[in-house]
Amino acid sequence: MKPDRSRLAALAPALWLAVFFAFPFLLVAKLSLSDMALAMPPYGPTLDWGRGLTGLREFLAGLDFETYARLKDDRLYLDAYLSSLWLAGLGTAILLLVGYPIAYGIARCPPAAQRLLVMAVILPFWTSFLIRVYAWIAILKPAGLLNAALGAVGLPPVNLLNTETAVVLGLVYAYLPFMVLPLYAVLERQDPHLVEAARNLGATPAQAFWRVTFPISLPGVAAGALLCFIPMAGEFVIPDLLGGSETLMLGRVIWTEFFANRDWPAASAVAIVLLATLLVPILIFERQPGKLLR
Amino acid sequence: MNGRPSAFNLAAVGLGLAFLYAPIVLLVLYSFNDSRLVTVWGGFSTRWYGALLRDRQMQDAIWTTLRVGTIAATLATLVGTLAAVALVRGGRFKGRTGLAGMIYATLVLPEIILGLSLLLLFVAAGLPRGFWTVTLSHATLGLAYATVVVQARLMQFDRSLEEAAQDLGRAPWQAFLTVTLPNIAPAIAAAWMLAFTLSMDDLVIASFTSGPGATTLPMRLYSQVRLGVNPEINAVSTILIGLVATAVIGAYLVQQRRRT
Repeated sequence: MKPDRSRLAALAPALWLAVFFAFPFLLVAKLSLSDMALAMPPYGPTLDWGRGLTGLREFLAGLDFETYARLKDDRLYLDAYLSSLWLAGLGTAILLLVGYPIAYGIARCPPAAQRLLVMAVILPFWTSFLIRVYAWIAILKPAGLLNAALGAVGLPPVNLLNTETAVVLGLVYAYLPFMVLPLYAVLERQDPHLVEAARNLGATPAQAFWRVTFPISLPGVAAGALLCFIPMAGEFVIPDLLGGSETLMLGRVIWTEFFANRDWPAASAVAIVLLATLLVPILIFERQPGKLLR
Repeated sequence: MNGRPSAFNLAAVGLGLAFLYAPIVLLVLYSFNDSRLVTVWGGFSTRWYGALLRDRQMQDAIWTTLRVGTIAATLATLVGTLAAVALVRGGRFKGRTGLAGMIYATLVLPEIILGLSLLLLFVAAGLPRGFWTVTLSHATLGLAYATVVVQARLMQFDRSLEEAAQDLGRAPWQAFLTVTLPNIAPAIAAAWMLAFTLSMDDLVIASFTSGPGATTLPMRLYSQVRLGVNPEINAVSTILIGLVATAVIGAYLVQQRRRT
């Protein structure tokens, strides 16, 4: 198989993604410029091909940035936007702190144990996301397992369910495998002689770590952080099930606008804003995918 | 890098795994609780599994999910394998960056954006939402993951084997089918399983793109979870976890045996 023939294999996936991935984004962008209408589908204007160019001109004239102006003036959207970035950022920072020692610990084990431990980290990822988040409700709710345990040792109960703390906890829990695996991938490949050399030259273990191990692992840190931050910023299930009504994240706003308010243009505009915000991290992520894939 | 793990290393790994598994273990444990309350242990019972057997809506949802997942995973693996072949062996063709870009973007993009955009596509195309719209949407999601899994394997594959087959008189496509394909088959199987699991797991995309009569299991679970903790959900979850764990551990053991 010569390279020129292999290329032909690209036709089917390119066509598929053009139809089911790229084109739908244009529709979201278009809809964010439309207005809400009491019709099905609940927005206007709609393009009437039967009327030819006049139809197209009228259609284009009907598009405007009104929905975005509405978003800008409503405090709720700005709050949701900032809180999405804040919670995703905080979650990523905690994931790095928690995930790094785990990845490092696994990389220090003998190879046979490493394979087993990596599988143990991946296994929860294969079990349903929804179920894993649901498991936390029974733990965190006021009459839940955590408070029963605290009560048993004589500590006062804590009220965590429906708070931002619960959302961050849920994010860290659900995305931990995504942080550990890329970190492990870079740490596992690292040559142990480098640290040995640093130690022979008089570095303390801490110095050897911060000046040798950590800098070499930075690609893994970047990959893990992006792999967690991007989807967390648009997360819906976790803030919806573990967060209270005051925890607004953009994913939840899109859901509410769409399903509860039937305001499709607003949902689309919020999606476009989220997408625009995530574009930079996504582009950085795409520049170094090779490092992530193994 | 391996060496001798210190006490700190072991503690980090141990605590990390405890954190990952404790909620799952508790969930499974309480599916056998006779009491409806989470904090009260009413004795061992399988009554919630019995309740499941009588829950027609739940069974319909499971059946829908299995059908959607099977078709979506198969489509995703077929198209994803083609994408992987093109990306690994196609050289620098026009549109390569675009194709790779769309695939990697699907991996990280929040599901809610994919769900909304796919719904608008189906509305614009005038397709009624239901079984086929969820299936096509899940195939799109799985396609990206399938590509990445097969691509990783294909990059490691030694092409000289295929060239040898061609030197021995096989046509290029014959060499691909008889030499390369069997070699990357484990990755293709893994890709299918991953795409199937993603489909079975997805709530957000399904909620946007599904319609009446095609309620998937996560959609059904979500509507119940919103009403609070319910041991019947624990029972369904336990069955799912058991199935997935068996499949993954089985695959791991097969791989281990091949290695030794």
